[in-house]
Amino acid sequence: MPVIESSQGPIWRLRNRNETLKRWFGWLFGVAIFLWCWQQISDATTWFFVWDAPNIAGDILGRATPPRWSYMDNLWWPIWDTLNIATLGTIGALILAVPIAFLAARNTTPSTLFIRPIALLIIVATRSINSLIWALLLIAIIGPGVFAGIIAIAIRSIGFCAKLLYEAIEEIDQSQVEAVTATGASRWQVMVYGIVPQIMPAFAGIAVFRWDINIRESTVLGLVGAGGIGLQLQASLNTLAWPQVSLILLVILAAVVISEWVSAKVRGAII
Amino acid sequence: MLRLDALTKTYKTGDQALKAVTLDVPAGQVLALIGPSGAGKSTLIRCINRLVPPTSGKVTLADVDITSLGAGALRRERRRMGMIFQEYALVERLTVMENVLSGRLGYVGFWRALTRRFPQKDVDEAFRLLDRVGLLHMADKRADQLSGGQRQRVGICRALIQDPALLLVDEPTASLDPKTSRQIMRLICELCAERGLAAIINIHDVALAQMFVARVIGLRFGEIVYDGPPDGLTPETLNEIYGEEDWEATIEKIDEDDTAEAAE
Repeated sequence: MPVIESSQGPIWRLRNRNETLKRWFGWLFGVAIFLWCWQQISDATTWFFVWDAPNIAGDILGRATPPRWSYMDNLWWPIWDTLNIATLGTIGALILAVPIAFLAARNTTPSTLFIRPIALLIIVATRSINSLIWALLLIAIIGPGVFAGIIAIAIRSIGFCAKLLYEAIEEIDQSQVEAVTATGASRWQVMVYGIVPQIMPAFAGIAVFRWDINIRESTVLGLVGAGGIGLQLQASLNTLAWPQVSLILLVILAAVVISEWVSAKVRGAII
Repeated sequence: MLRLDALTKTYKTGDQALKAVTLDVPAGQVLALIGPSGAGKSTLIRCINRLVPPTSGKVTLADVDITSLGAGALRRERRRMGMIFQEYALVERLTVMENVLSGRLGYVGFWRALTRRFPQKDVDEAFRLLDRVGLLHMADKRADQLSGGQRQRVGICRALIQDPALLLVDEPTASLDPKTSRQIMRLICELCAERGLAAIINIHDVALAQMFVARVIGLRFGEIVYDGPPDGLTPETLNEIYGEEDWEATIEKIDEDDTAEAAE
């Protein structure tokens, strides 16, 4: 924040001349890199396909409309499966995530040196692998079907739920915990009275939020054979049955919109 | 009844919060602990119930050495020491009744606590205490719906339902307006007199302390520099506790307040 003395008194500028020049060169450099990258991508692209894309897209859209409404009879059961995968998977994840979160939070972990790193490792490991990959692994282990989907969703969600929950635990008001401890309460009683009431809103929010995400994730699990509506989607894509594909996409869209609406309502009610 | 013997606390940072404090509190005595911020007042009362573990020295409550107790025995002794906090430290999302009953946690098992099935005699006592502090109609409200003064009353009930022999009170009036501060101080002192409780009250407001307590301890840099009756606090002693300042206004104000109080 330089101030320049002049005959009219001090003049204030946000940056001095040096900083301004540096910023200009920074921008120049950035634009040059962008143009170079553009060049590289352009060379690697078969532009014929790109120019042709609108025609192809229009062609597929033409074939896909109108959706084959009669196919809906085959979709009720898979969409119900999809909902169940998401819901049961989320419940399973929460059951496992709660103890892990308490072990990972700095203020509740029994040992910062040994147990906390293990809990954090579980959180990172389950979060870093996509649910489709978990599903592929689990199908190999327990065979294809809805159960593999549920477990895949559950494992994938542990890290997400546990991470958000342990952050909530670390942010609690410690004086309430102190007050409950001062009454002579045991460790578990302190947890139930001092900590749990403080993290309940966070817990409910995380649960609904993750359920909402899991509805979306479980719609694609069928692509690898883990049950749900993705199975129908893949079959329809493979046989180029575009009217069925468009109906399935509409059904998925409806499911996601409804789940968003439900989770927004629930979160609104809690907060 | 309570005895501190060369109680010392050195924090990990190397700050010596308490320097061999020795203090005797007879049963039923209410004393005020005054001193500048950082003098070690909060540390002192937290060392008594070991929310802060003392570095060395001894705390004895009715012939029990608190400093050497194991975890289970410490919890049992904590039941005999009720604590009241500056920012009330109520569990905000629980009801007033649950907050009061949480004072009985040291007496009930885990499942009773989890399912909130406290013995009927505890519930009766909770209602009686809430009635005593004038909050019976609030029993079912959530703690975060109460005003500051009301919350502190709930905090007092939570401490008293423990059936303690000693109250540890940490800045009970620091977040309250002047009138509510007096009401809360009066309530604490009345309840101590009714039940024959000893109390250690950390307080910033010298005038308020002088108004209500029989004994004042002045703490400075972790050492006791004054121990005597409230009217023994002269500008010189306050200088010693807090440092140089013009104290005439503070002390005179008390006298005016007292006469105003008496005239009411």
